[in-house]
Amino acid sequence: MSKQAILRRALPGAGAALPRQSESAFILVWRDPLGRAGLCGVALIALMAICAPVIARYGVAEMHPKAKLTAPGLTFFFGSDNFGRDVFSRIVYGARVSLIVGIVSVGIAAGLGYLLGILAGFFEGKCESIIMMAMDIIFAFPSILLALFIVSALGPNIINTMIAIGIVNVPVFTRTVRASVKSVKSMDYIKNAISIGLTPRGVLLRHVTPNVLAPFTVQATLALSGAILTEASMSFLGLGIQPPQPSWGSMLSDARKYMEIAPWLVIFPALFIILTILSFNVLGDSLRDVLDPKLKL
Amino acid sequence: MRDYILRRLLMLIPILLGISVCVFTIMQLVPGNVVNGILGIEQTPELRAIWEKKLGLDQPPLIQYFRWMGNVLRGDFGESFRTGAQVFPEIISRFTITAELALLSCLTSLIIAIPLGIVSALKRNRPVDKVVRVAALMGVSMPSFASATLIILFLSKAFGYFTPVKYVSLIQNPGTNLEIMILPALILGTTMAGSVMRMTRSSILEVMRQDFIKAVRAKGAPERITIFRHALKNGCIPIITLVGMQMGGLLGGTVVIEQIFSIPGLGQYVLTGISQRDYPVVQGCVLFIAFIYVIINLFVDIIYTYVDPRIQYA
Repeated sequence: MSKQAILRRALPGAGAALPRQSESAFILVWRDPLGRAGLCGVALIALMAICAPVIARYGVAEMHPKAKLTAPGLTFFFGSDNFGRDVFSRIVYGARVSLIVGIVSVGIAAGLGYLLGILAGFFEGKCESIIMMAMDIIFAFPSILLALFIVSALGPNIINTMIAIGIVNVPVFTRTVRASVKSVKSMDYIKNAISIGLTPRGVLLRHVTPNVLAPFTVQATLALSGAILTEASMSFLGLGIQPPQPSWGSMLSDARKYMEIAPWLVIFPALFIILTILSFNVLGDSLRDVLDPKLKL
Repeated sequence: MRDYILRRLLMLIPILLGISVCVFTIMQLVPGNVVNGILGIEQTPELRAIWEKKLGLDQPPLIQYFRWMGNVLRGDFGESFRTGAQVFPEIISRFTITAELALLSCLTSLIIAIPLGIVSALKRNRPVDKVVRVAALMGVSMPSFASATLIILFLSKAFGYFTPVKYVSLIQNPGTNLEIMILPALILGTTMAGSVMRMTRSSILEVMRQDFIKAVRAKGAPERITIFRHALKNGCIPIITLVGMQMGGLLGGTVVIEQIFSIPGLGQYVLTGISQRDYPVVQGCVLFIAFIYVIINLFVDIIYTYVDPRIQYA
């Protein structure tokens, strides 16, 4: 009898609520109303970013000198800025920038974090001490400050912003993976795998990695919202994405001078930043409840 | 306990050394030279050489590092390349401003988060719990700079509010200082409250399931005593950890809010240092912030033993 069947038999009342093993995380997230909302929000932002050239009515740098600071209407859905640029088009292209920065920087952090976490957790000893000491050093900086610091050294542009945010996020992934590897390593099946002569590489790829994936995926989803937030903060301070590339953070920062006479310049970028981060957080929460119920808040 | 604190302080040495090497190396990578900025278009090779010698930039990086570290160990963080002012006193004076903002924000966060987190846990899955959980999620997802801009917009439209132009310190005029600090502290505090609220809820839920709570209730203790004296006290370790981390994060993380509200704190000082390539300022500030951050972590570990006497450090 399978584990699921035993559970269903032991808890007949809760049988309907028990997830079947064949059910994917996607379906389980979709069943949760909050998870569904988060998934829809993320899908909408992603769709907006992918279809930006189709959705946007004007180019990001296209100016309309006769239509500066025009209020939202049929010509400019979200109004126009002090250069006469369409705020809606810039928001749409801004979604693309935010998502690319988020995905690439989390990719950098996850890749490096996975490698270092596996090394530290599996091989232990001096290797672990050195890696964890390096992670403690990075962790001792407030993240936004370290990201600003790195980007000022490398020069503010989109690539360096992604590298900076990636480096800042490495310790979180390293710690997550290390902790999972350490707990998996003491299991009997790993000891068995080593005793039958499987190479460390084989053990890591075939047995350890699949067991680390759940907390890793949850961490990646939550880190995405953090990365998007850091990018927006850096651009707000003028050290992130540089003009004419649109970024919600820099749009918000530039708009502050005109917010008395053109409040739409502030309202729309702020709303999109909040909605995007909210969507990723809600999705991350739901994914955590599904994949890693021990951490449920 | 004294041995533990000593050991932890000794462990700080390699971490701080590592941080200092990191900071120094990154600053060496910064494109452009501060001398270019100081001299502008009037620079000649001779003038440039004089300034480089004066600032110690003519030496190899390794010598510059050891000279800087040697001075730091004697409490001398150097002078700002731009203003010529001593960096350490400036860091301390700005740190007090940032610390005040961080403390006020933490206080706001705790006042909002703890009662709501407890109510949410006690009324689990009821409408009030759902409202609190959504509010907490909103708080977690609300970037302080976005909410600050929207709130300033609302206040300026509704009440004619303007962000203060000049900062007044707590000693100069406590009333005016609070007027300046209250809004940024409320905004930061509300943002922080989201995660504290979630942590409080989950900790209380966890503790309320345990047998000793049943025993306390069986003894006939009033619910107020059960919650505050037993449940909260036993469930507050993760909350203290989170608040400690948030406090540390705020020391450098207030940079955006300081910029919006023109508060001359540590974050603004670093930001100016970064944009002006003022090495001593940036190096000094980052090293100082990292030091305070690890000290806060140590302090949090010590608090654990007072809150929960079962925790003992060998």
